[in-house]
Amino acid sequence: MKQFPVIFGGVFATFALSFIGLAMVPQLQIGNLQPFVDEDAGDIYPINAGGQAAQGRKVYIAEGCVACHSQQVRDEQMGADLARGWGDYKFPRRTVARDYIYDQPVLLGSMRTGPDLTNIGSRQSNPMWHYLHLYSPRYVTPGSIMPPFRFLFEKRKITGQRPDDALDLTGVEAPEAGYAIVPKPEAKALVAYLLSLDHSHALKEAGEAEPAAAAQPATSK
Amino acid sequence: MTTQTETPSSSAVTSIEVEAVDRALIDASTRAPVMFFYTTALTWLFAATVFGVIASLKMHAPEFLGGWPALTYGRIWPAFTNTLVYGWGCPAAIGTSIWLMARLCRVALRSPAALIIGGIFWNIGVTVGVISILSGNMRPFELLEFPRSAAILLFIAYSLVSVWGLIMFNKRRSGHIYITTWYLLGAFFWFPWLYGAANVMIGHTHGAAQAGIAAWYMQGLLGLFFTSVGLGAVYYLIPKVLGRPIHSYYLASLGFWTQALFAGWTGMTRLTGGPVPAWMPTVSIAATIMMLIPLVTVTVNHVLTMYGRYDMVYYSPTIRFTIFGAFAWSLSIFAAIITSLRSVDRLTHFTQFSAGQFQLIVYAFFTMVMFGSMYYIVPRLVGCEWLSATFIRVHFWGAAYGMGLVILMLFIGGAAQGDAWLDPQLSPALVIGYFQPYMIARTIGWLLIVLAHLIFFLHFLAMLFRLGQPSGEPTLFAAIEEGGDHV
Repeated sequence: MKQFPVIFGGVFATFALSFIGLAMVPQLQIGNLQPFVDEDAGDIYPINAGGQAAQGRKVYIAEGCVACHSQQVRDEQMGADLARGWGDYKFPRRTVARDYIYDQPVLLGSMRTGPDLTNIGSRQSNPMWHYLHLYSPRYVTPGSIMPPFRFLFEKRKITGQRPDDALDLTGVEAPEAGYAIVPKPEAKALVAYLLSLDHSHALKEAGEAEPAAAAQPATSK
Repeated sequence: MTTQTETPSSSAVTSIEVEAVDRALIDASTRAPVMFFYTTALTWLFAATVFGVIASLKMHAPEFLGGWPALTYGRIWPAFTNTLVYGWGCPAAIGTSIWLMARLCRVALRSPAALIIGGIFWNIGVTVGVISILSGNMRPFELLEFPRSAAILLFIAYSLVSVWGLIMFNKRRSGHIYITTWYLLGAFFWFPWLYGAANVMIGHTHGAAQAGIAAWYMQGLLGLFFTSVGLGAVYYLIPKVLGRPIHSYYLASLGFWTQALFAGWTGMTRLTGGPVPAWMPTVSIAATIMMLIPLVTVTVNHVLTMYGRYDMVYYSPTIRFTIFGAFAWSLSIFAAIITSLRSVDRLTHFTQFSAGQFQLIVYAFFTMVMFGSMYYIVPRLVGCEWLSATFIRVHFWGAAYGMGLVILMLFIGGAAQGDAWLDPQLSPALVIGYFQPYMIARTIGWLLIVLAHLIFFLHFLAMLFRLGQPSGEPTLFAAIEEGGDHV
């Protein structure tokens, strides 16, 4: 009967240790990081994006983009992230805790069926490319296995002028004459969010990267 | 090991007979809750199978069901992992734990209503959670996707089960605490803490530390909860069916304590190279390497307990499933140790290899052990034996080859994927070309699993409605030639 306190105490203690070590201590260490501020230059990083981008972030979560796309850049020792330009061209660097201080919830991701999206906004800043890509991934990138997000768009009869945001579709994907494919508000928000993904700002703790040191990759989509 | 128990003379009531009656009464007292958990678990397993097939298909046929927002890959994949873990895994674990606890404490279960209420709460929670995921109301953390409302239900439900487990333990009639009970006590205790703490902390933190909590939870769930229930069942079933004690009790307790000590620390290997302080992954890599101790002690124990009796996999369905699961666990720890090393991690991180590791633990290890326990436990609850050895055979080979193929393809495909990402000249679309063939083969594996689950589901239904063979001899693959004391 003396075994019980031993088992229970052991079970409690071993687990409490890992809870404190891996869940609580990191919280103290990086849970309250402040943004980088250079008052002389009026330079603050990161900036808490709001508005449409924040709405788009919710769409990103709801569609489960995180199942296939990471938002973290590892350094040279851990792979070709920087060589691929995922660490951005202006300040090629890995990402660090400070990059994510405004992220609730954080979207690091653990799978790369598709490319990393940490800096997709600076890598591909053309909104029409994103609309077309979301509407029909293979229209833009043959060989992609990204699911189509046609349900974030609607077909509208053109009355008068063609809508400004109508998708530039040709061939089989084009709607019949007199109609246009336009993004719903969710798609607009999502693209606004993707365009907001731009971490091109040097940070001391990420190492003093030489600007534009990374080789230009073959494709950066 | 061929000692036959002498048939006790009918005039005298022997202690063996008393014990047998006692055992039957204890078994009977667990019938309602255990069968409730098993039945709901298998229903969810079926849903998980369907989600798994759809998710697998979408990795090579992205336009398949492309117009359905609820079935887009980003929702169907978490729907699959969550139904597999919370719909099937946990209720199966709870069902098996209840039965094992009652048996090991030698106490008939009182007030099964509390357990069934827990089970109802649990299943409402899973239903709410899965519907939420499919409608896009989810959180972006692996196995924590369920929204808060569902998480609260799951927490209450499991707490009820935990409290019941402790009460049961308190009323036990046997002095010695068997190793299985240790594992089950651990599981009863760890799950509510893990699940409660992770859900609360995810809601109140932000930034990279949040990812640390999610990683700690994920690894704790697999390494502490599922491993505990799975290994606990293995430690009970193998000696029971073989009719011999485990090889070394000392090794078993060493394995338990080192597992308890190190498994909780392994989570940050999911964040190696990520935006967290470098000490976190480093500590977890060290802890993962220390998992060599439970890996070796537990595996050696299984190997030596089975020594000389490996022919039992030929006869006994329980042994065949259970030993498959036990060795799959060893393989999963081995794979975890290798991939935790930074030099390997740069290849396998962010690839399908990690999906393979997840399915190795949750399916090849845990699910197979649960199948093994069900083949042992269900006949003792419903009072009839499994209908057909052929059904069991098809179930085993379908599940073993199906999941074997799925995991192998995820491993090879994941390595190919990681290798392709390492070459910056390959565009993302070209990278996909490197692993897509393996994804097609994975879908073939899934079709075998569908067949296996369909057969098992029907077989289980037959047992539920007591259409099995009359009680007496257990359903074996073949008659045991030596005439052993197989139960």
